[in-house]
Amino acid sequence: MQPTNDQRLWMYRQMVTSRHLEERIEALYMEGKTPVFNMAKGPIPGEMHLSNGQEPCAVGVCAHLDAEDVVVATHRPHHIAVAKGVDLNAMVAEIFGKASGLSGGRGGHMHIFDADVNFSCSGIIGESLGPAAGAALSRKMQGKPGVAVAFLGEGAANQGAFHEALNLAAVWKLPVVFVIEDNAWGISVAKQASTAVPRNDLRASAYNMPGVHVADNDVEGVFTAAGEAIARAREGEGPTLIEIETSRLAGHFMGDGEDYRPEGEKEGLQQRDPIPRYRQMLIEAGLLDEAADTELVGEARERVEAAIRFAQQSDFLPPEAALETVFV
Amino acid sequence: MTNTTATDSGSRKLTIARAMAEATAQEMRADPSVFVMGEDVGPLGGVFGNTRGLYDEFGGERVRDTPISETAFIGAAVGAASDGMRPIVELMFVDFFGVCMDAIYNMMAKNTYFSGGKVKVPMVLMTSTGGGYSDGGQHSQCLYGTFAHLPGMKVVVPSNAHDAKGLMTAAIRDDNPVVFMYHKSLQGMGWLGTEKGATVATPEQSYTVEIGKAAVAKIGQDVTLVSLGAGVHHCLRAAKALGEEGVDAEVVDLRSLVPLDRETVRASVAKTGRLIVVDEDYHSFGVSGEIIASVAEHDLACLKAAPRRVAYPDIPIPFAPTMEQWALPNADKIVDAFHQMMSQ
Repeated sequence: MQPTNDQRLWMYRQMVTSRHLEERIEALYMEGKTPVFNMAKGPIPGEMHLSNGQEPCAVGVCAHLDAEDVVVATHRPHHIAVAKGVDLNAMVAEIFGKASGLSGGRGGHMHIFDADVNFSCSGIIGESLGPAAGAALSRKMQGKPGVAVAFLGEGAANQGAFHEALNLAAVWKLPVVFVIEDNAWGISVAKQASTAVPRNDLRASAYNMPGVHVADNDVEGVFTAAGEAIARAREGEGPTLIEIETSRLAGHFMGDGEDYRPEGEKEGLQQRDPIPRYRQMLIEAGLLDEAADTELVGEARERVEAAIRFAQQSDFLPPEAALETVFV
Repeated sequence: MTNTTATDSGSRKLTIARAMAEATAQEMRADPSVFVMGEDVGPLGGVFGNTRGLYDEFGGERVRDTPISETAFIGAAVGAASDGMRPIVELMFVDFFGVCMDAIYNMMAKNTYFSGGKVKVPMVLMTSTGGGYSDGGQHSQCLYGTFAHLPGMKVVVPSNAHDAKGLMTAAIRDDNPVVFMYHKSLQGMGWLGTEKGATVATPEQSYTVEIGKAAVAKIGQDVTLVSLGAGVHHCLRAAKALGEEGVDAEVVDLRSLVPLDRETVRASVAKTGRLIVVDEDYHSFGVSGEIIASVAEHDLACLKAAPRRVAYPDIPIPFAPTMEQWALPNADKIVDAFHQMMSQ
């Protein structure tokens, strides 16, 4: 399964949009946090987990999804939200904690919920799998179209929730795909120090489902693997586990000094940044030239800038609005 | 939908287990989005009888036996509830919450808030509570206060079959997550000991009992006994014993912890001036302290005596019957608490 030229350009555009969003959030996040780093300061307080480098996982999967399909993402959700079509203005406003945010500032960057495109995420490791399996069960029971995708990091494959949910999805043959973004690090602990298998897709055999590995953060490799898995799910053939070898070009969170990385690793990853690589590939394929790229990047950036302006110009809810929406 | 009280229920008596199953069956007939999943809820009918008959009527698609994977299936219920279904999931013993609490309190209870009210999570988590039959300290707890403490989930604790059916129907129809905590000794399962007072007249037609409304189980003038679940029956026995001494006790059955009907408790204590809270859950940081605080911070002057509580000591639940029975609340302890209150 190969992407069409339109799909290639769509994936590139989403990656560029997501990366620019992260770069702008990074700059805005640091406002007020220097010279002494204080997480509570600045226009975007709290933890911030940026997705730089992991864009291929998001776009290669979401290229196969419509708004009706369900995605449950992780504590590092922005790239997936962009690719799933979450309302960018409302999402950025939520990251700023504003009234016009997706939930009026009650959630923040780890709790992005956009029911219009069936997107949600959780700040707890391994907790995307159960709800995704349940959404898939819901579609199966209702006979409604749509599949569910759970994103998780490679560290989450060592959680009990991972093993419980894979077994449940397989025994009930649910239309769900589990996508592991393997960025090789669980905060500061390397995958090989925490995980008994070299690749988590190998664990699929324990749950009688296909396991697929995508090497080298390859956009089109993700597209192919996800396309086949999602097609299987749509046809009622059950779940698939995919592990994607990706890269975390930012720290675990903003403020992470990354002293735990071997010398030179970060520079090596940056040289393999998936976005310039994909740009080069599209240029060589004749789908893009310098002028078209400049235009595409400019449009993506302007979309992000407009969302940031929207967020900055929005008000906060009155503090006592914190008491609302505990129950409906 | 009608609201009924135990006094206009006709003559048919049900156990709480049967009442829960009947409410569930009626809602499943009316609403195809309602389904049940949990361990042994299928052909077995639930370890505590509360899904009996459902599998035969609705089949394995809507009455699903799950793997022993509470994190996965409660998490799945959150996902299904957010996608248009109304799952009823069973956590067989509330003591097992330790293996799946994240799905309960970090997702089930918070997703609505995190979404600014845009994502509804209409699910019922039903779970058994309580001891008294020497099942040891991992199969005997109540943990009412633990769940009620955490925002975002309603919590109901019925004391009889009439309320259990009405609360179950209300819980299934509620657009919020509801934790339905039933006490094993009230289920009408002979092997767990059976509290006869829980098996009461229960209408056959569908009805709701409003979540968040306490009931006055016995009207009195001299002291207010507040409890929930099995404790209500201890209070009624204590009230009877006190009545033989000429003391007229009022018994308030909370029925719901979230929302908590503080008004009914305050009105009763305003009348009697005396408050004893009876709770099989642990003594400290729980329901009993919350009830007393709710009265004290509202109107300290209404109290003629310092409030008392008869609650489970702050110890893991022991196995030996001598020790467990010694630790549990009972009517004698409530009567003693009243005497101590009056002697001060």
